[in-house]
Amino acid sequence: MRYHAPSSVAEAVRLAAGATGITRFLSGGTDVLVQLRAGMVTPDDLIDLKKIPGLREITRTPDGGWRIGAAVSGAEMGRHAALCSDWPGVVEGMRLVGSTQVQGRATLAGNLCNGSPAADSVPGMVAAGARVVVTGPAGTREVAVEEIPAGPGKTRLKPGEMIEAVLLPPRGAQGGDAYLRFIPRTEMDIAVVGVGVSLTLEGGKVAAARVAIGAVAPTVLLVPEAAKAIIGTTLDDAAIAALADAVRAAATPISDKRGTAEFRKDVVGVLAGRAARIAHDRAKGAAK
Amino acid sequence: MSRIHVTTTVNGDAVEFLADPRDSLLDCLRDQLNLTGSKEGCGTGDCGACSVTVDGTLVCSCLVLGVEAEGKRIETVEGMAKGNDLHPLQRKFIEHAALQCGFCTPGILVAAKALLAENPDPSESEIRFWLAGNLCRCTGYDKIIHAVQDAAAEMRGA
Amino acid sequence: MAKDETQGFRLIGTRPDRPDGLDKVTGRARYGADISAPGMLHAAVVRSPHAHARIVKIDASKALALPGVKAVITRADLPTGLTGEDWNLQENTLAGEKALYDGHAVAAVAATTKLIAQDAAKLVEVTYEVLPHVTDVDAAMAAGAPVIRAGTADHSVPEGMHPNVVKYIDFGHGDVEAGFAAADLVRAQSYKTEATHQGYIEPHACMAQMGSDDRGEMWVCTQGHWYIRRMSAAVLGVDASKLRVTPSEIGGGFGGKTTIFMEPLALALSKKAGGRPVKLVMSRSEVLRATGPTASASMDVKLGMKKDGTLTAAKVMFRMQGGPYIGSSPVGEALSCALACYDVPNVMHEGYEVLANRPKAAAYRAPGSPMAAFAVESLLDEMCRELGLDPLKVRLKNAAREGTKSSYGPTYNRIGLVESLEATMAHKNLLAPLGPNQGRGVASGFWFNHGGETSVSLAIGEDGTVTVSVGTPDIGGSRASIALMTGECLGIPYEKVRVNVVETGALGVNEPTHGSRATFASGLAAVEAARQAMAEMCRRAAAEWDIDPEAVEWRDGAAHPAGPNAGKFPPMSIAEIGAKMGGSGGPISGHHEVTAGGFGASFGVHVVDVEVDPETGRTTVLRYLVVQDAGRAIHPAYVEGQYQGGAAQGIGWALNEEYVYGADGRLQNTVFLDYRIPVASDLPMIDTVIVEVPNPGHPYGVRGVGETGITPPLPALANAIHAATGARLRSLPMSPPKVLAAIKAKAGG
Repeated sequence: MRYHAPSSVAEAVRLAAGATGITRFLSGGTDVLVQLRAGMVTPDDLIDLKKIPGLREITRTPDGGWRIGAAVSGAEMGRHAALCSDWPGVVEGMRLVGSTQVQGRATLAGNLCNGSPAADSVPGMVAAGARVVVTGPAGTREVAVEEIPAGPGKTRLKPGEMIEAVLLPPRGAQGGDAYLRFIPRTEMDIAVVGVGVSLTLEGGKVAAARVAIGAVAPTVLLVPEAAKAIIGTTLDDAAIAALADAVRAAATPISDKRGTAEFRKDVVGVLAGRAARIAHDRAKGAAK
Repeated sequence: MSRIHVTTTVNGDAVEFLADPRDSLLDCLRDQLNLTGSKEGCGTGDCGACSVTVDGTLVCSCLVLGVEAEGKRIETVEGMAKGNDLHPLQRKFIEHAALQCGFCTPGILVAAKALLAENPDPSESEIRFWLAGNLCRCTGYDKIIHAVQDAAAEMRGA
Repeated sequence: MAKDETQGFRLIGTRPDRPDGLDKVTGRARYGADISAPGMLHAAVVRSPHAHARIVKIDASKALALPGVKAVITRADLPTGLTGEDWNLQENTLAGEKALYDGHAVAAVAATTKLIAQDAAKLVEVTYEVLPHVTDVDAAMAAGAPVIRAGTADHSVPEGMHPNVVKYIDFGHGDVEAGFAAADLVRAQSYKTEATHQGYIEPHACMAQMGSDDRGEMWVCTQGHWYIRRMSAAVLGVDASKLRVTPSEIGGGFGGKTTIFMEPLALALSKKAGGRPVKLVMSRSEVLRATGPTASASMDVKLGMKKDGTLTAAKVMFRMQGGPYIGSSPVGEALSCALACYDVPNVMHEGYEVLANRPKAAAYRAPGSPMAAFAVESLLDEMCRELGLDPLKVRLKNAAREGTKSSYGPTYNRIGLVESLEATMAHKNLLAPLGPNQGRGVASGFWFNHGGETSVSLAIGEDGTVTVSVGTPDIGGSRASIALMTGECLGIPYEKVRVNVVETGALGVNEPTHGSRATFASGLAAVEAARQAMAEMCRRAAAEWDIDPEAVEWRDGAAHPAGPNAGKFPPMSIAEIGAKMGGSGGPISGHHEVTAGGFGASFGVHVVDVEVDPETGRTTVLRYLVVQDAGRAIHPAYVEGQYQGGAAQGIGWALNEEYVYGADGRLQNTVFLDYRIPVASDLPMIDTVIVEVPNPGHPYGVRGVGETGITPPLPALANAIHAATGARLRSLPMSPPKVLAAIKAKAGG
């Protein structure tokens, strides 16, 4: 295994494009190193992104949104008060990844690129309408987060492409988001079910919404029917029930060591309702 | 096999070593620098026995490559006491019988120290969630939580 | 009887700092993987990816060709002709004809670095012929199940059973049918528990060296280094006396480090590599796949009860698998523990041991007792509810006490179950109000405790300080408790006693720190050794004073003339005697060796309050109480620690821990991410009450406290979840999917 520590995105992409064997980018390393040590994946080339200037920064974008560099850790996001205030759901999704120790390293971009359908940070990003800046040999493009995962452990990134940053849209007035997951313990587990909800209110009713579900399909799913179920409502019990039905209908879970398909389908509905209520409360709080 | 020369600072001492790119920081601390206080309980970042700080950030040293230590400032359990003066956490762990086998203890001490640096007056729940990545199989955590609370109180001068 | 602090002890019952505390908080304490030696090699093990497979061929040529590789061993390097448990141990150390479980070792490699050894292990080519497998205990007994090893069964097994059924046990007393006829309520239920792992945080590790003359040395994390010596010698066909085994500090064992798993491999690799030392450290997934775990169980229980709660009869049938070898499951212990808390006139126990394609089970904290308690204490709770009776009062009404003929045979000496139940009933936690979706569960538990082979030496130093050499590794503070008892006996300060855990060459044979025996047995032997030294010190004083040794008594750390007729001499302190001993007759020491009997059973009662999320089935433990009879708490803080640790492990077993096998027979959850032991945020503070009903078989009344505490949590949680939800879980773990399904089934039916 060769270790590279490039000092620019261009150099990183050049290294990746020139590599012939297994290549991995190292940002937090909390997945790459686990796979390396377990003997699952031993890269021929490992490209450390942390020495690239700017990749460890969180910056406000001109439109009032956010740009989160690919090597920004969960702990750094948690310490960023303005980001937490705008997008608490995105931040709490990231903050649920692993322990305090893992939070010191793990990143949004890494969590996304690992391609796990259970990745805790992804439903929150998808619900938020986040996009990623992808740079590769053919240049730089912007892609919606939900377009990246292709299946368990697989992404739609092309050879030599890397994620440079995650872009969050402006939160806007009367908006709120939330992410909830189900795990058997209180910490340290992979999500058995995850739900991210982002919504905005107008005149006491839900004006816009995005709902994303995790760990219940081969990839994190954006569920437009679930959003439709609550748009135009005051998020009353009937709307919550319709939301639960919609996410259950969209879910196609499997049974594995972490939970049964039946359980996942059931609980995704429960969590969608709970997450929507939190997002709703946050939107109302933001309106005050 | 090409090994990489790494220059870093561990517990205030300038050190250098040769690392295979696959070696974790934990491997380098234990096998190259003979700092065996940090333990390997899982190698997957799930147990916290290898906890150290890198430039002040708490991490699992099994999930950091040795080559990433270049130019960093590493702190391990061996650096907690100042000479023979134990850190209050170390004293309180002994006093409260907060260890049985003692294998998880170095990682928990390092993690608890990082907690108190960030939050000098944590609630029981905050301590429990901060330490959720440090597995202890012996104690049921009860006496560990008490020891951290007591050390925090002493450090606040309460 | 709550803890009695007024026994007039000077040291016993105090909470001094443990002697090894400083080393353990500074990172200096040396555990299994913390030592290195000049010229040391590193080893890695090749393991079967199949649950059951014939080993057709092992080709190590590519591994041996890798630069840095110094030795590869397979079963062909080990002697043949072993029988019985020695053969089982050898077969488990390195598979022979067949790999019998996922993770079974088939070869081992030694190389100059850890990475080269790991790379070389991947280059060892093993050709397997995959065979059908079975991992579930009931499935393994069923007609048509794959036969794991024909001819293993002993003579106890009735004709016509599947060859995987290898042992049958039955015992009891009274007339159970008459007992059931006399009952007002008879209920029978079936229960299952999954295998769990001891989950010590320190993976198995050793460093070994052995020359062509078969003389060897080993540094190893173990609960019992004489066991390691005997078993390693047997597996390698060498004399035990040729091996010298030194225990490292040990990062938890809970029974799982009382046997060998890979230690002979390090010795054999060292010999093959020209005697260079070899370090072998397991990864976590190797620990989970190939060491421990406990047995899985399938159990039937039938109880008869009168309307007032009196138990009239009990019948249990347990089926347990402990892996692919006979004698590894704790079915006998489980049967003996099942009804041990109760005075039941008519009892019948039956059990089967069954082979399965799983790792060879090792002891785990009160082996067998937690599963048995889950079944019996759950059914008892159901029947109390059905009859509208208080479950604690029913337990008290039927409680075993001094003079009761136990369910497993012997008549109880002085025991403390009644006192533990009474202390529980008086505890404030029983008054805590419960909200919606919350429930309270209670359960009792039992463990025999153990004495066993013990050898201890004690020496007086030239300055009058005392060194005690024991053979039981200190896992949870036993150096402190032994120093307290020695200091108490000799009348000297705790700090003047140093307790060392010494290697196999320094003492007679010691059993491991197992069976809750270290403080009991090494403590008892240390006190006897101290008494010998005390008698000799009295003789030295008598000689100097020129009086009869009978006229000298020992108190407060000094020899005193006993009574006015002995003469007027100032007391002679231990320091003075030590300073003069070279001239007064030579070194003074004491030594005691014994197969310690006199151990006293420990009973406990747990009360747990839970809240269950009715929409997700997740259980939160709100409040937890452990009440247990310690006999005597020598260092109460470490007694509490045992209670709390046992409860935490039991909570993990009850709620989330389990071995999950895929359809391919491979273990699915081989890392701590998915083998879910409780984390700090999962648990509340764990309240403890130490009951002290002294054990008449120990000089200070010690019973042993390590194991009982893991027994009640399994049923206590099941009973609490039932109280919170109305759903009765009869299969462990009570993980959220199972609890939610049970809640829905109840609502639907």
